[in-house]
Amino acid sequence: MRLQAVDVRLGYGDRVVVDGLDLGIEAGTVTTIIGPNGCGKSTLLRALGRLLKPSGGEVLLDGKRIDRMPTKEVARILGVLPQAPTAPEGLTVADLVARGRHPHQTWYRQWSSDDEAAVGEALSMTGLGDLGERPLDELSGGQRQRAWISMALAQGTDLLLLDEPTTFLDLAHQIEVLELVRRLHGELGRTVVMVLHDLNLAARYADRLVAMRAGKVVAAGTPSEVLTESLLAEVFDLDAKVIEDPVAGTPLVVPIGTRPHA
Amino acid sequence: MKPPAPETSPAESPATPATSPAPARVRLPHERALRVGPASWLLRLRSVTVSLVLLAAVTLTMALNIRIGDIPMTVAEVFQAITGDGPNHFVVMELRLPRALTGALVGAALALAGAITQAVARNPLASPDILGVTTGAGVAVVAVIVGAGSTAGGPSGDLAAFGIPLTALAGGLAGALTVYLLAWRRGLDGYRLVLVGIGVTAVFTNVKYWLLTIGDVNDSSRAMVWISGSLNSRGWEHVHPTALALLVLVPLTLLGTRSLGALRFGDDTVTGLGVRMNLARGLMILAAVLLAAVATASAGPIAFVALASPQIALRLAGVAQPPLVVSALTGAVLTTAADLVARTVFSPVELPVGVVTAVFGAPYLIYLLIRARKEARS
Repeated sequence: MRLQAVDVRLGYGDRVVVDGLDLGIEAGTVTTIIGPNGCGKSTLLRALGRLLKPSGGEVLLDGKRIDRMPTKEVARILGVLPQAPTAPEGLTVADLVARGRHPHQTWYRQWSSDDEAAVGEALSMTGLGDLGERPLDELSGGQRQRAWISMALAQGTDLLLLDEPTTFLDLAHQIEVLELVRRLHGELGRTVVMVLHDLNLAARYADRLVAMRAGKVVAAGTPSEVLTESLLAEVFDLDAKVIEDPVAGTPLVVPIGTRPHA
Repeated sequence: MKPPAPETSPAESPATPATSPAPARVRLPHERALRVGPASWLLRLRSVTVSLVLLAAVTLTMALNIRIGDIPMTVAEVFQAITGDGPNHFVVMELRLPRALTGALVGAALALAGAITQAVARNPLASPDILGVTTGAGVAVVAVIVGAGSTAGGPSGDLAAFGIPLTALAGGLAGALTVYLLAWRRGLDGYRLVLVGIGVTAVFTNVKYWLLTIGDVNDSSRAMVWISGSLNSRGWEHVHPTALALLVLVPLTLLGTRSLGALRFGDDTVTGLGVRMNLARGLMILAAVLLAAVATASAGPIAFVALASPQIALRLAGVAQPPLVVSALTGAVLTTAADLVARTVFSPVELPVGVVTAVFGAPYLIYLLIRARKEARS
């Protein structure tokens, strides 16, 4: 188990969003968290990435309490792409992606040949090799999202947490990002945890789905175990048919309509 | 832990890694790498050039400042007096050089404090003034001058030479502590810091004016000179503490440059990159507070240097974030140049340097505000 949430309670101020949740992430898997808006998906992901300290329970990274590890050491094992990240103005793509090397650098090791190679690789993996000198503000939404993913890749971690990496992207670019995730996992053996809204893409690109509602894990397992008509009703209040995806063989959700809140 | 092996079978996994075309060399647009063995540094050539030019400029403005006085000198004579022991050696070394040096050092310290504050607050309108330092020092000094009056040594006694700087230092640190305690809420947020700082500054400013109105007229006018920021009759006793503070704090802040760069991103990105955000913010703000407090103790709150220098410096260096070294040098040039103006425009009357920086700084602040509003609208 690479990453584990044990009986965590999460919230902001006095508002508890997640209570008593347990979740384990196996090495070398792609896990996708799904659930309706406000169910605590992003909150859980932030806690797994030590961006949010649990008010109860603990998060374990490779068996050690993540909040007791030096944050720089964590940053060399685990990379996080937050939801809708913001960059300072005037930054170029190369500047942004190079920032991903921060946890590997010190004041006397500011830009090693390893750093340069990792940034070059991250840029070419996301197809941004030629855009390094372009200001970030001038990129399209899709390119900008890929630049952020490059930054997370340049960090060179085998664990990646991606919070809605496909937002702002058209379908083709969504597929492109998810194919990249698949390659990271398939060819480089990375462990990926992400939050996605599109259930069909989640089913197609994840080894494991975790369905959440109101701060609880309702179901976890392979996409065909989790994405059932009864679960969609329970988690999303959605009447839907689940058929087989003619391309990937994974479950395909065809919505019929919403049902009154249970 | 060892990275887990890929799950794909050997037949599926390609012989070359996923990055099929060999990645091109990455050149960071503004920086050049300097590598010595395993060590490496990033240098911005333009920043180095700009720094050298600014260093030359501050030397020149200081020399021009030293020329002025009862015994006029040429610039050549100034350098001669410093290097050799010509007829003007005593006047230059004991009276004029310390004043010019105080101006340069105080300007550098204020500008550096400003650059740090703007980076941490992610706001070009932030300056150490909103950290409570300058107004805290102002209240303390005015209280002492007005309270103690002429009985405690007068304008040239021990109180003026040592008591006032120490009072300013203590007041500045107390002011900063007030802002910090009020702004801390499970961490240090740049926006909250700015808002609390503006509030505390307003309170301190009003206390200061209240003290001025209840004080004796002579005491109040002396206090007014101090609170507008003046380099008049500054000696080595003002140079030493400021130089010492810069000697310690400049290397420390330069070590924090990389964290400061990361702090410009959103909070989640900062933590994700392995930066201990609250610690880094706290330490950098502490450095800014100390720099501003020491500078204010030496020369009073010289307005706008901390606000304007970092913004001028980032335009000179062509970078997105206030560059620390270039900001400090810009501050030194601005302050010594402003002092030059203050001493020559209404000669023989010498204005406090803070009046000149305020006259030039106010329109600049208005320009920044207009630009910020335009950006907010677009």
